[in-house]
Amino acid sequence: MKTKEKIVMAVASLLLGLVFLVPIWTIDMDAPQYPEGIGMEISINKIEGQNKNDLQNINGLNHYIGMKEITPESIPELKIMPWIFAFLIVSGLGVAAWGNRTALLIWIILFVLLAVAGLIDFYLWGYDYGHNLSDDAAIKVPGMTYQPPLIGTKQLLNITASSWPGPGFYISVISMSLASYAFWSSKPSSDQQNGEAS
Amino acid sequence: MEPINKKKRHAWWALPIIAVIGLTLYGCPSQQNLSGSSDAAQKVYVAPGEHDEFYGMFSGGYSGQMTVYGLPSGRHLYTIPVFSQAPVSGYGYSEETKPMLQTTHGFIPWDDAHHPEMSQTDGVPDGRWIFINANNTPRVARIDFANFQTAEIIEIPNSAGNHASPFVTTNTEYISAATRFSIPMDEQSLENEDVAISSYAENFKGTLSFIKIGEEGEMNIDFQILVPGFNYDLSHAGKGPSEDWSFFTSYNTEEAHTLLERNASRNDKDFIAAVNWRKAAELVANGGGREIDAPHYRNYMDHNEQRAKSELIETVRVIDPIENPGIIYYLPTPKSPHGVDVDPSGRYIVGGGKLSSVLPVHSFEKMLEAIENEDFEGEVDGIPVLNYDSVIHAEVENAGIGTLHTEFDGNGYAYTTAFISSEIVKWSLETFEVVDRIDTYYSPGHLMIPGGDSMQPEGKYLVALNKITKDRYLPTGPELFHSAQLIDISGDNMELLLDFPTDGEPHYAQGISAEKVKERQIRFYPLEDNNHPDATKSEAETRVERNGNDVHVYMTTIRSHFAPDNIEGIRVGDKVYFHVTNLEQDWDVPHGFAMLGAQNAELLIMPGETRTLVWEPKNPGVYPFYCTDFCSALHQEMQGYARVSPAGSNVPISYGTGTGN
Repeated sequence: MKTKEKIVMAVASLLLGLVFLVPIWTIDMDAPQYPEGIGMEISINKIEGQNKNDLQNINGLNHYIGMKEITPESIPELKIMPWIFAFLIVSGLGVAAWGNRTALLIWIILFVLLAVAGLIDFYLWGYDYGHNLSDDAAIKVPGMTYQPPLIGTKQLLNITASSWPGPGFYISVISMSLASYAFWSSKPSSDQQNGEAS
Repeated sequence: MEPINKKKRHAWWALPIIAVIGLTLYGCPSQQNLSGSSDAAQKVYVAPGEHDEFYGMFSGGYSGQMTVYGLPSGRHLYTIPVFSQAPVSGYGYSEETKPMLQTTHGFIPWDDAHHPEMSQTDGVPDGRWIFINANNTPRVARIDFANFQTAEIIEIPNSAGNHASPFVTTNTEYISAATRFSIPMDEQSLENEDVAISSYAENFKGTLSFIKIGEEGEMNIDFQILVPGFNYDLSHAGKGPSEDWSFFTSYNTEEAHTLLERNASRNDKDFIAAVNWRKAAELVANGGGREIDAPHYRNYMDHNEQRAKSELIETVRVIDPIENPGIIYYLPTPKSPHGVDVDPSGRYIVGGGKLSSVLPVHSFEKMLEAIENEDFEGEVDGIPVLNYDSVIHAEVENAGIGTLHTEFDGNGYAYTTAFISSEIVKWSLETFEVVDRIDTYYSPGHLMIPGGDSMQPEGKYLVALNKITKDRYLPTGPELFHSAQLIDISGDNMELLLDFPTDGEPHYAQGISAEKVKERQIRFYPLEDNNHPDATKSEAETRVERNGNDVHVYMTTIRSHFAPDNIEGIRVGDKVYFHVTNLEQDWDVPHGFAMLGAQNAELLIMPGETRTLVWEPKNPGVYPFYCTDFCSALHQEMQGYARVSPAGSNVPISYGTGTGN
């Protein structure tokens, strides 16, 4: 890796710092009674309502269908994910300093695997919330489950739920792309080697 | 044969005249009622889901409340409980709001509210507060535009019939409040006296009160000016060059005490009192006037604890104008003037010459000159009366019969209601001639143009507030809502757009651009800011406590249940306090609380609020309570039971939610 690629890799790593500041995923809910919308923003370390009390109000609505309360404190991933990203930043900077292409490849593969694992985990949480409903629920629609879509839009009774990646996700993709570019760009071609030699 | 021919010829000859008359009538304002109705419909049409351009704040008159209408649609948006108990929300029934209606006469559940007046900054309505008077038991209320709720009510001592009230100075330094009925007052203490009514001329006095408005809107009577025993009717503060002055109309300068309709209508001229409030305020600030005992209540909503509190203020400062010359002058004004209105430039003072054939317009500049030159035609009880000819600027001819009130459009025109001829006349502030007139249905009292009494009127619409309704709407028996008409004043000629019924008896109203108020709206009360001593902030804290014969239920509501919803251990003879906190934190999710046999009203509790209802059960049994506001799909399930055991029974206090099923 040349200096340029090292810098690109360092930028790719540091960019991940922004993921601490913005949501990685958003779930918007649209219902006749909520003309201004109601929704959740999922960050790597917290889940918040789009407006101040949205989470409380979503839980209020969910209790009628017997869904478990969404309590950010009880979700261990929100405690683990910041460490994972911290690890990616530190190790990414390490790779940039070292300049070892193999290490870079391992970093990228690890990042992709973690991202896929994250999405699967998110899906499983959604599945759990949507399917494991209390038997005491006031509203029981036979055959109905309330799993939000992993990505896209889905009608759940009176609510149109839309689940889309947030800025944090796109920042991760950009970081991944920069790292991949650094990897591709540092490919040892014969021309380059000749050039370097001369 | 020939005569018939002649007749025919005559008839043909008359046709052009008929055509001319027809055209003339078509151009006549009263005929506009029949024309252009689809155009008018378009102008007042506010599409579903769209908002009106203006808030119209109408006094409720004998309802004691304030009603809120959207303009131009005329849609009734809300009724603000002010001086009257409102079972609809529990205002004046709940323990938190009862103190708001406290007076030195005790708890007063009703009043007659006439004049809403908005706070102003630099002479322009600013959308912070709106004040309104109680005419019967003299008080002034302040309503907060942030939540459209009554925030404060102050009682006015040494007053009877608080009619000329509340009118605001250009930067809301003061609101004025003058007594309509004079009463006998002890010379020293101003206490109401047990004297013969026929001793009116000798013993009866009036007061003009100036209420200072603090930074947060808090009201405090700064001083009262002692005046001769006339009837002080209406008022307006000056603006621009006249901003240090306030003007009050008076009638009954005859000092009649019986059959006033005849005995108080004798004099050709009564007075407009011009008061230099700035000078009076300086006098008082420097320790002038004298402090007398005058107990009066100030009731205010403690925003921290979310409940009203009453404080008794013991004294008031009084200024005698005889001892302090230069504070008040009388402007002779024909004839039993009703309204007094100051044009946007602050140069002209228009008196509503109720029984006069002309509409008198005084000049502020000339008034100052006359004062300077001591151009007096006499004095009344030591108050100089200025020379009419020296202060009058113009007399508007043909301004209708029974002229009452004037508002302004900011484009050089004034609009005056004529009660008896049932019309509004538009006249020029340059030529002082009538330029247009339009019928109203029927007999307008006040009129309102948004900002129409300020330095910046928004001269687009005018609302006529009529006193007689008769046949305007589907009949509802002998008792009818009052009638208002919305009139387009954006063109040269006034055009009637809309007729709409109004609740209670609106007297004055004020309008304001919706934009100035909309942004300030709060949607609910944050639970973390609720410091009510009886608040219950989570279901875990709900409980029932006995203290002698008082039982306190600390209860919460959230869709769709009460906690606790089963209560036992109450005994006949107990006084049960339901302290209900609405845990919701979303817009428009109030919960109601109604208890069978409660001798008061329901509670309507806004999200984040705590309200308390007292219930004194009379007989043993199990009594249901329920949520009155259709809060959710399972609203019908939002109910509970309170068990009442005989006096002396030993059923222990117990309570819960969701247990035992």
